[in-house]
Order: sequence, then structure tokens, then C-alpha cells
Amino acid sequence: MNAMNHSEFRQDIAPGDTLLAVDNVTLRFGGVKAITDVSFDIRKGEVRAIIGPNGAGKTSMLNVINGFYHPQEGRITYRGQTRSKMRPHVAASQGIARTFQNVALFKGMTTLDNIMVGRTLKMRTPFFWHLFRHGPAMREEIEHRKFVEEIIDFLEIEHIRKVPVGKLPYGLQKRVELGRALAMQPELLLLDEPMAGMNLEEKEDMCRFILDTKEQYGTTIALIEHDMGVVMDLSDRVVVLEYGQKIADGTPDEVKKNQKVIDAYLGVAH
Amino acid sequence: MTADATAELDTFPKLLLRNEAVRPHRPAMRHKDLGIWREWSWGDVARQVRCYALGLMAHGLQRGDKVAIIGTNRPKLYWSIMAAQSVGAIPVPVYSDAVADEMAYVLDHAEVRFACVQDQEQVDKILGVADRLPKIEIVFYDEPRGLRDYDHSRLQAIDEVIAQGAGILMSDPAAVKRLDEAIATGKGSDTSVILYTSGTTGRSKGVMLSAGGCVKAATDTVEFDRLTDRDNVIAYLPLAWVGDHYLNYAQALVAGFTINCPESPETAVEDRREIGTTFAFAPPRVYESMLTRIMIRMEDAGWLKRKMFHYYLGVAKKWGEKILDGKPVPLGARLNYALGEVLVYGPLKNVLGMTTIRIAYTAGEAIGPELFSFYRSIGLNLKQLYGQTEAFLYVTVQGDREVRADCVGPATPNVEIRIDENGEVLYKSPGQFIGYFKEPEKTAETMTEDGYVRTGDAGFFEKDGQLRIIDRAKDVGKLRSGALFAPKYLENKLKFFPNIREVVAFGQGEDFVTCFINIDLTAVGNWAERNNVSYGSYQELAGHPQVYDIIAGHVAEVNRQLAEEPMMAHAQIRRFLVLHKELDADDGELTRTQKVRRSFIADRYGPLVTALYDGSTEADISTEVTFEDGRKGVISARVRVADAKVLPVSAPASPPARAA
Repeated sequence: MNAMNHSEFRQDIAPGDTLLAVDNVTLRFGGVKAITDVSFDIRKGEVRAIIGPNGAGKTSMLNVINGFYHPQEGRITYRGQTRSKMRPHVAASQGIARTFQNVALFKGMTTLDNIMVGRTLKMRTPFFWHLFRHGPAMREEIEHRKFVEEIIDFLEIEHIRKVPVGKLPYGLQKRVELGRALAMQPELLLLDEPMAGMNLEEKEDMCRFILDTKEQYGTTIALIEHDMGVVMDLSDRVVVLEYGQKIADGTPDEVKKNQKVIDAYLGVAH
Repeated sequence: MTADATAELDTFPKLLLRNEAVRPHRPAMRHKDLGIWREWSWGDVARQVRCYALGLMAHGLQRGDKVAIIGTNRPKLYWSIMAAQSVGAIPVPVYSDAVADEMAYVLDHAEVRFACVQDQEQVDKILGVADRLPKIEIVFYDEPRGLRDYDHSRLQAIDEVIAQGAGILMSDPAAVKRLDEAIATGKGSDTSVILYTSGTTGRSKGVMLSAGGCVKAATDTVEFDRLTDRDNVIAYLPLAWVGDHYLNYAQALVAGFTINCPESPETAVEDRREIGTTFAFAPPRVYESMLTRIMIRMEDAGWLKRKMFHYYLGVAKKWGEKILDGKPVPLGARLNYALGEVLVYGPLKNVLGMTTIRIAYTAGEAIGPELFSFYRSIGLNLKQLYGQTEAFLYVTVQGDREVRADCVGPATPNVEIRIDENGEVLYKSPGQFIGYFKEPEKTAETMTEDGYVRTGDAGFFEKDGQLRIIDRAKDVGKLRSGALFAPKYLENKLKFFPNIREVVAFGQGEDFVTCFINIDLTAVGNWAERNNVSYGSYQELAGHPQVYDIIAGHVAEVNRQLAEEPMMAHAQIRRFLVLHKELDADDGELTRTQKVRRSFIADRYGPLVTALYDGSTEADISTEVTFEDGRKGVISARVRVADAKVLPVSAPASPPARAA
């Protein structure tokens, strides 16, 4: 698995140090406040969960982190650099990859091709060579294919390598999407409800892949998830949002005991 | 090769050395890894195994030690078997899908000292029951993924052992000499392997097979089927099953052909197609699911293709088997069949990965005559064999041109068969077992005084000398009226319908016959899709009134067939129900080789059996199920019981039949 190291990113941030910090971020759509004055941090090498009831602003938060939305107030600091306005592709080239709540794959393309897409940003040979698929382009493609094959092996999807993803069941599509994100060798992986709509067995598989990703490649993971059992088992720390505001932050055990969280999830007797 | 030389080749390690000397550059094994086929020649394999064996000896492995082999078909696990045998140790392959508890029983009973396993999953299982297995010293693993942070005091990668052995090979001539001596002193009478039976009845038993017997049996069938070192097989059957150990491992070493290991169990069909295997084995249910898939996909094809497909299947049905059997066929029909080969059969066999297959076998259970004929009619040389672990597989086998669906063939060369007074099939074979490990009393029960082995199956010889198996001897029973009741016979008739996946028949000592039926989700699900029947789960589909109607039709058809057979006419099925869940080996309802455990099921679904006989129209049932991770849950359901159409019996049996 030597090909799968993360040498391309500077290893100056030690595990446990802050990788990304969100400071007093407020995001408005017109008059609607999606996120209000939220601050938290993601440390290198941890699994960080963002949870909250429907409409709490979780996905908006993820979109802020990967540069799709630009907050009106507050700052995002990634690897010690505060960014002002950033486009998603810049985030991607800095090592932030993500999956989506509604699977966003190329339905007509095979599993293999979809994951190869994840390597696009790593292609160095000029476009001209790729037109003819010869010389340096071919050599480069073989290198990338080797890398992608390791991901296919890692996610145990050999049997669907050449199947168009549109034909696959949902659970497998989610796995392919994770594969495409991993193909970018991300330093920070954002997962938007990686287990939504899965059965128990698929969820357990996905849990294992997420933990293996963290352990084997040292990838930092931020995830949104509804299944509380999964969140509590999987994450090192949890931040809880409700109506765009942070109501709790801490280890799964701390969060579970927090009265505000219990109220938000179970409702309050008035 | 001289007669003397062959006489000495009585163990697998000696055969490996022979292959290294005779055909060092022929491919011995291939494995698809990271999307690419890797290949090892016999010379490579022999070298790897030598290093591996030296490494194991350095860990203290000695003659007579037991080494468990757990995982799917991978070169390093086959090498593990070879390396253990080279040292004189006894490999014990274990079903890799066994839950931890079953595995603990086998590992403990076999007194396993080392285990060679595939991956983290198997390592976890063994570590989970380690406190019950004080004899296990080290676990060797193939795939390192996920194991990096484990305590490695009793854990080591197979690659490291081989590397360690390679070092010894260079530096320690004394150790190399010890290994050479270990191989040379191996005798044909040594125990070569212990294969645990799948446990259709109770706990599994360890079948000890002798090296010489194994080699002799495999030599006979290699000659019978004219297998050479140009042949190719794909290894996808469980390592612990006699079928894999015989057809792939033993025959490959004897004939020198190539074992191809698929990338994963799910890719076996695709991988077989890429390799182009020449010798194939699959249980009937594999052939059946392939056919079901094709038929479903053809329904989605264009009008012209569909027409052409069905027309040429008709031609094949009429002439295909005759052409295969070398019988006289008119020229016109031959030409039309040849055109069909170009247009339909060829492409079809290509899709199925059967283009290059010279010999295909099926066994394990009865195969539907239509299913069997279908494959033969498109030109696949499909034959049946009958065997069991205790015989080291073959008891009977069909020759190339003497094939029929309802029989399993005459005795294999050098096998003697006898039918005893109760109708049980007895045999004596070159590969027959030494005995059950640590269970001499069970061995004695299985053997007759004159050295024949009891199969436990009831059968008889047809006029053309082919053996016909009816059922397990102890399962053949009688209804209260005294009429013959052969549950398997009924079950198989029903299972020939694609919509029915599994059947459990009851009737021993009862007034009439009833059965549980499991629908086939692929076939019935496809029917539902085409007929706009919506369903949310297996349970809902199984209980659907229209599904009940379809199944009732199938049961009525079987009753019609039974009514025509004087021996079976009274065993028509009066009542049946469709089970709300699929029978599963994880719940103990099937054996690991997918055979139903009838008495266990009768116990577990007691209320349903009662309902079948007390005339009620529905019954409640809740059963505990085991998920793949070993956790338990409960499924409850209300199951409908239906009456089946019964036909009047034409020929009166000895005791008068009750009116239908």
C-alpha cells in the first residue's frame, strides 16, 4: 500500500493539532440565517461528527468548509491559513474531498471510471498527450490506475469494477462515491450522511471502511450522520447544531449527557 | 515415467517436486489481484512452498501437527496446505464462513497448533475464541489490512514466514536437508488431510484421508477425463469441502494443470470467463441461477434477438443432446444447429464463460432434467458424479456419452459398489477414508465388516448400470398408512421450478404429506416486477396471495407427476405454506453446503408444522435470526397455510388410500 501515502501534503501538522478551525461563522441566505455564530475545530487524525435535527445547518456547514458557500461573518482557518473567498476546486487541490447526501456520481460511467475521475486533479501530463493516450499520458494513466485498483481492493468492490454505477444498489453507490473521494488522497474527508438509506449490514461495512480509512491513511474525517448509534461508535468528538447554532461540543459521552441535546432530539415538555 | 517412479509418487509434496522437475515453466497457479492476473509456474510454487515449509519448521512445526487453513481460494492458502504436508503435518481446512462457535469446535477437536488464515475477519474470529483453544500457538495471515495494530506476539504474516524460510534456504543447509528428508519419508499411508464434514446431521466429523489413497483416486479420474497440464480450473469452492480439495488441489498436482484463484468470490463468474477454464464443477443451484439470470435478461432484449434466441433454443432442445452424444442426426438439422452455434449458443456460452469448457460436472443434489438438458443442448459436456467426503469424492461418474439427468452414473474406475438389503448404497474405493478423527466408534458404525463404507443414501441400479439415488436412507420413511415417503424426492421435484428455492417436506408417521416452501427471490421478484405486484420485503412477497397461487400451481403439477408413479402416488402433498424468511446456514437451518436440516427446522418452526396438520388456515411464528456479525434478532410473522390440489390415485397401493 505504499502508493497510498500522503506525501503530497506537508506533514507539518501533528496528529491532534488543529487542522481546520471554524470561528464565529454566520451564513445567511437573504433574511434566513442558516448558521449563526458557530465555532469549532477539527483536529488532525480524528473523526469529527456534526449532528443535529433536520434543518439544523449541517450540510450548510459542510458547504462552508469546502468553499461552496461563503459565510458573511467569521473565518475559516485551514492548515493555519485563514481563507477569505475560496472556490471548491481550490479546497479540493488543498486536500479537502467530500461525498454528497444524494449520491453525485456519473451514472452512465463504470465504477472504475468514476473513481478515476477522482484522480483528475493529480494528472500532470499536458492535455495534448491525453488526447492520443500515448507516451507520458499512458504511463501516467497506468500509475493512476494502480492507485485506483488499490482503492477498489480496499473498498471490496472488485465485482462491480466495470458495472455502470447507475445500475448499482444505493449502498454500493455510496461506497463508490467514497472511493472517488479517497482517490484524491484527501487530508480532510467530508462525508455527508454516508449511511443514509442503508441496511444494517451496509452500515456496518461503511463504518469499517471509515475507520480503516482513518487508521490506514491517517485521513481526518468530518461526517454528518443521523444514526446516533453509528455516530457515537465512530466519532472521537461530536458537535451538535440546532437551528444553525451550536448547542454542544465534546466527546460522544459528554454530548449524550448534555441536557440541551436531549431536549433537541427528544423534544421538551413545556 | 517408469512404473517404479509412479509407485513412489504417493504423497502430494512428492508430486509437487515431480511437477517442478517435469514442467517447471508451466503455470501452476494464477490469482487476480488488483485487477491483474498474477501467475506462478510449478517451479515458482515449489520454491515458495519450500521456503514456506522451512519457515514453518523454524516456528517448530513437526510431523503430525495439525494446521488449520481458513479462507477463500487464494494461492497462499493452497501453499499453506502444501507446506504443511511437506513437513509431514496435517492440514485441516475449515469453512471460512463458519461462525466463531462452529470454528472453535473444529479447531479444538482437531487439536490445531497453527492456523493459516486469509484476513482480519478470520483472525478476529480465532482471537475471539482463543480462550477455548489453548493449543493454538500462532496464527499466520495472508492479507495484512487492518491487522497493523494487533498484538503480533502470536500473529505473523505468511509473507514473513516465506521470507524467513528463504533466508534459511540460503544459510542453513542442515534445515534444508531436514525438509528434504521429511518429504522423502512421507508415506502413502500417512494422513494427508483431515476434512470436516458439513454436518448435515449433528456435529461435523473429521474425515482422515491417506496420502496414497488421495493420489490414487485423483490419478484414476485424471485418466478417466483425460486431464493434462494444458487444462485450467477456477477455484471458487470452499477450501474445506472435499470437492475443492479433490477437483482442484489433488487433480492439479496429479495432472499438473493450472488452478486459477478469482479476485473475490463475487467475481468468480467474470474471472472464469477471462481465463477460459476447461474443467468445471458447480452444484446444480449455480447452474440454475445462471440460467435464471439469462432468461430474465433475455426478456429485456429486443424483439428480433428474443425471437432468434427462443427459436434456436428450440432447435437445441430437439437436436443438441443427440449431437453431443454422437447419435445420428439429419444433415439439415446439423446445419441449422451449426448456424445456431454461431448466432446463439456460442455467444451464450461466451457470456457464461463456458466457451472452452471440455468437461463440466455437477453433484451434491438432484438436478432438474430440464435444467440439465438445457446446458447439454447448447453443447456443454455436463455430466453428473456422485460422491462423498469419506470416499475422497468419487463413487460414481458418468462417461462422456452415457449421461442422464435422473442417475449419477456407473461406479468410478476401481470403485466397487453394493446395495444392501435396506437399499443403502455401500462402496469400497481407492481414496476411501482411514477413519473419523478421534471417533473410532463412529468409524465402526460407518464401515461394514468386509470393509465397505455406508453412504447413508438409498438408491438402486437402473438397467443400464447407472446408480439412481432416491434419498438419505434414514430419511426414507412411511406415512401412517404405510405408503412410502421419500422427502428429498418430493423436495427435488418442487425445487426444479425456478420460483422455488428450498423445500422441506414432512410426513413421517403422519396421515399425509405437507411441506414448507421458500420462494426464490430473483425469479419471483422478477415476476412481481413484470406484473406490477409491489412488495416491501421478502416476507411480504412470500405472503402475497398471487405468489401463493403460483406456488399452489407448482404443487399441483408435482402431485400430478406423483400420481403417475405407483410407488409415490400416496405421497402427494396435501397442504403447504410459504415460509416468511429464507432458510439460512447462519441460523443452523442449512448446512454450510446448503442442505436442509429437516429435524432442526421441524423443531424450530414447530407451530407451523402443527398448523399444517391441524387444519388451521394461518399460524403465528417468531424465530430468532443471527446476523452476519453474530448479533441476534427476532422475526415474527403470520403465515398462511394453503391446501393443495390432490389427484386420485390410479394404481391402488397395498393399504387403501384415504379419499382426497
